Amino acid sequence: MSFLSGEHMTGGYGGADILHDCTIGVEKGEIAVVVGPNGAGKSTAMKAIFGMLSLREGKVMIDGEDITALNPEARVLKGMGFVPQTANVFTSMSVEENLEMGAFIRTDDFADTMTQVFDLFPILKDKRKQPAGELSGGQRQQVAVGRALMTQPKVLMLDEPTAGVSPIVMDELFDRIIEVARTGIAILMVEQNAKQALNIADKGYVLVQGRNRFTDTGAALMANDEVRRAFLGG
Amino acid sequence: MTDILNALVIFANFVLVPGLAYGSQLALGALGVTMVYSVLRFSNFAHGELMSFGAMTAILTTWALQSQGIGLGPLPTALLALPVAIVVTIAVALIADRAVFKYYRKTRAESVIYLIVSLGVMFFLGGLIRFIIGPNDRVFTDGQRFIMKARSFKQMTGLNEGLAIKMSQGITVVTAFIMVAFVFWFLNKTRTGKSMRAYSDNEDLALLSGINPERVVMITWIITGALAAVAGTLYGLDKSYKPFTYLSILLPIFASAIVGGVGNPIGAIVGGFVIAFSELTVTFAYKKMLTYVLPETLAPEGLVQALSTEYKIALSFVILTIVLLIKPTGLFSGKTI
Amino acid sequence: MTLNRTPLLFAVVAVMFAAVGIFQSWNLAFTVLNLGLISAIMTLGVNIQWGYAGLVNFGVMGFIALGGLAGVLVSMPPVPGAWAAGGTGVLAGLAAGVAGIVASVITWKKTAHMGGKRYTIMAAVVLVSVVVFRMIIDPAVAAIESFESAKSGYLGGLGLPIMISWVVGGVLAAAVAWVIGKVSLGLRSDYLAIATLGISEIIIYAMKNEDWLSRGVKNVAGLPRPVPYEIDLQQSPWLIEFTQNWGLSIVDTSSVIVKVSYAALFTVVLLIIYRLSEIALRSPWGRMMNAIRDNEVSAEAMGKDVKAKHLQVFIIGSAVIGVAGAMLTTLDGQYTPASYQPLRFTFLIWVMVILGGSGNNAGSIIGGFLVWFFWVEAEPIGLALIELLTFAMADDNWLKLHLIKSAAHTRYIAMGLVLILVLRFAPKGLIPEVKR
Repeated sequence: MSFLSGEHMTGGYGGADILHDCTIGVEKGEIAVVVGPNGAGKSTAMKAIFGMLSLREGKVMIDGEDITALNPEARVLKGMGFVPQTANVFTSMSVEENLEMGAFIRTDDFADTMTQVFDLFPILKDKRKQPAGELSGGQRQQVAVGRALMTQPKVLMLDEPTAGVSPIVMDELFDRIIEVARTGIAILMVEQNAKQALNIADKGYVLVQGRNRFTDTGAALMANDEVRRAFLGG
Repeated sequence: MTDILNALVIFANFVLVPGLAYGSQLALGALGVTMVYSVLRFSNFAHGELMSFGAMTAILTTWALQSQGIGLGPLPTALLALPVAIVVTIAVALIADRAVFKYYRKTRAESVIYLIVSLGVMFFLGGLIRFIIGPNDRVFTDGQRFIMKARSFKQMTGLNEGLAIKMSQGITVVTAFIMVAFVFWFLNKTRTGKSMRAYSDNEDLALLSGINPERVVMITWIITGALAAVAGTLYGLDKSYKPFTYLSILLPIFASAIVGGVGNPIGAIVGGFVIAFSELTVTFAYKKMLTYVLPETLAPEGLVQALSTEYKIALSFVILTIVLLIKPTGLFSGKTI
Repeated sequence: MTLNRTPLLFAVVAVMFAAVGIFQSWNLAFTVLNLGLISAIMTLGVNIQWGYAGLVNFGVMGFIALGGLAGVLVSMPPVPGAWAAGGTGVLAGLAAGVAGIVASVITWKKTAHMGGKRYTIMAAVVLVSVVVFRMIIDPAVAAIESFESAKSGYLGGLGLPIMISWVVGGVLAAAVAWVIGKVSLGLRSDYLAIATLGISEIIIYAMKNEDWLSRGVKNVAGLPRPVPYEIDLQQSPWLIEFTQNWGLSIVDTSSVIVKVSYAALFTVVLLIIYRLSEIALRSPWGRMMNAIRDNEVSAEAMGKDVKAKHLQVFIIGSAVIGVAGAMLTTLDGQYTPASYQPLRFTFLIWVMVILGGSGNNAGSIIGGFLVWFFWVEAEPIGLALIELLTFAMADDNWLKLHLIKSAAHTRYIAMGLVLILVLRFAPKGLIPEVKR
């Protein structure tokens, strides 16, 4: 069993199920990537793992503990960090304040964590007094990731972190994400840019219509002809 | 040279000084409206009555203190009553939230429903106020009336024209400054204040960050109640207290908040002064001032008044209209529409 | 369910009025009924805006006052002396004002490409317009207001039958609604609420201060009536005979007859407006309004011009309120601008709409009657309640005296409570909207 895992998840937003017996997991220090066509339930799977959607069947485990019944805030306390796809920064607040708000639930001193985030994303240190809304798309994503890192999570979940950024910025973001993973944090992310994402992935999940279609290492999926043809555009 | 100074003194006496006081009152009121708007996302039509309730409490407390022979010497006793008014008004705001508004938060009602609910609260509070203190005019200023009298200013400077500063005006500006400074310090420097801004900026992300919405709402009402009590008392102190006026003052207050950009605290302050000074400059009769500056042959015959004083209130509306037509988000770009 | 409830509620209202007639007096009962009828029309107007389309109009009072002004302008005899003194001046001034507004609008549109200079030019145009307007109109106004100021001091009206003003009042209100709607519709919903609140205050200020038009706080009294005068009735032989036969007081009877005549007229208007409102609601137009109200985004996506539709419904609703305003002035027989209070004339109407049932015309009428009845009777009820609660206190107890003195204000508290409780526990009101 993985460090974080959603097992046999079945459920949806009240109406018909979107997820069907879907299983996703990630180990500490590892990057797991969820790919698949539009409407495959990738974001829904993320939300289910983070507790923003209640499951009809299946469970979510972290470090051997069943957290299926917890709400998102409680999951943050258990060591999960989540970066939503859109509206993931406080636009009217400065970069520094964004990070402070990320650490809101912490009662200890978080100055060290902020230094670490600034080390990871040096550009943010230069712009720490600027409102996040004035930053470029890539810089905003860095703020969003930084905000989620402020709770010192054991797992970081990213919902399409590279949506809407240029290829160069995307490469840089992936580099940073690898760096984050090297500090021992488990990374679970949903990606549209499947090829590039699988390149850096230790583990890959291909979802189709809410079900696991392929599950393997990133490299193996890249090598798999069927996956390449159907999901990676040749 | 003296002529120009005389003209300036007239302007200061009739526009600048009253404008600063009135602007401060509007700014405090608009700040309260904007706080509720940015966190609870509705225009609170009960805000005027909340101000009135604060003023009423201050008056009742002032009477009680006066009957005990307690006063502040040259300063009005109402200043001593202000803390009581603040506490009571905060309590009223919190009770109103618990008893009325909370339900609509839970059911995620549309903002227009809140609007009408706030109307009910307005009605209720307005009735309660009239029930307790009656609908009549109340003057509750005591202590020294002027900081500077027109006559002593004339003696001091040797000018023809006098500059009078009422005690209530001085107190209004100073108190408002302290209040505003405190609110800004709170919003920008404290963890709780920042969490309020975060909640107002992005509710979902604030929840993800573990910010407790009910706490944010509670603190919003506490600040709003305090602001309303101070604004209401200062307004009553400066202009005499009458329950009815607190309904009329809603318009300039909303105008201030919108002109500045609803949901933007700095906008609320600036908007308050913009409205106050436009009211006064447009309804001011420039005749006397111009007779000093212009050569005798050009001396104006009429009052040289763009709009008669009765239409002060129309001006906030005109400015509001202009802003809505040109820049609906307000000068400081508040919440988008 | 709703089918059964509507007649029942109307029966309750009827019983209540009968009770007033029997236990207090028929005179009072018809006074209450007449104002109830007018309130019901005002409520229909607000319901068209709020119930059909979800628009918040907090300026009801202003439209009522405009309707009242129409009553003066239509029915009062013209004052020739005042017209001679400043009539042409005022007309010229008003023409100059309109020209100034047109010039400003044209300048604004033509200077769009000019950037910063645009505002300077605009300011100059507006300033010149205002100065010209004031230079023409001020002396004329002064002349009119000084002409026999104790007796007239205003231009008077057209000397036409006052019932024409019911239509004119609607047109006046519609015209003002068009201006407000143009500015504030299409923005966030509360802007309309704030804008209407503002314009209604301004209208009242204008009515109080523009003496040449409305005599301001000097009031216009003695508006001609569409129904007979008591004094004439008391001298008519048939009534004298009738009252003698039945042993009735001729003064009371004549007054009741006058009120019944008003009630008949008002009922006809109410029924016409109700009928038209129902037809409109059931028409494709009404269904589209509901659709827009329930989901503005998707209506817009389907290509409906939401702002234009809102403008229509806002104007129609305001016109209905204007009609009711003219009727109110007709009933009062005088125009007293200082008597317009927003709590009574704007917010009370809202309580009527919400209690009756947003979106349901029959509900609005019921709400109008019930709330009006309660508003009138709240004072005696409140007083009785307070006397009951304080019966143990000495008669000179300060608290008891204060409470008794303040009893009249309990009606505001009660109305606030009604609004809050209905919204919380029965948001659909007494007669819920019929979903089609």
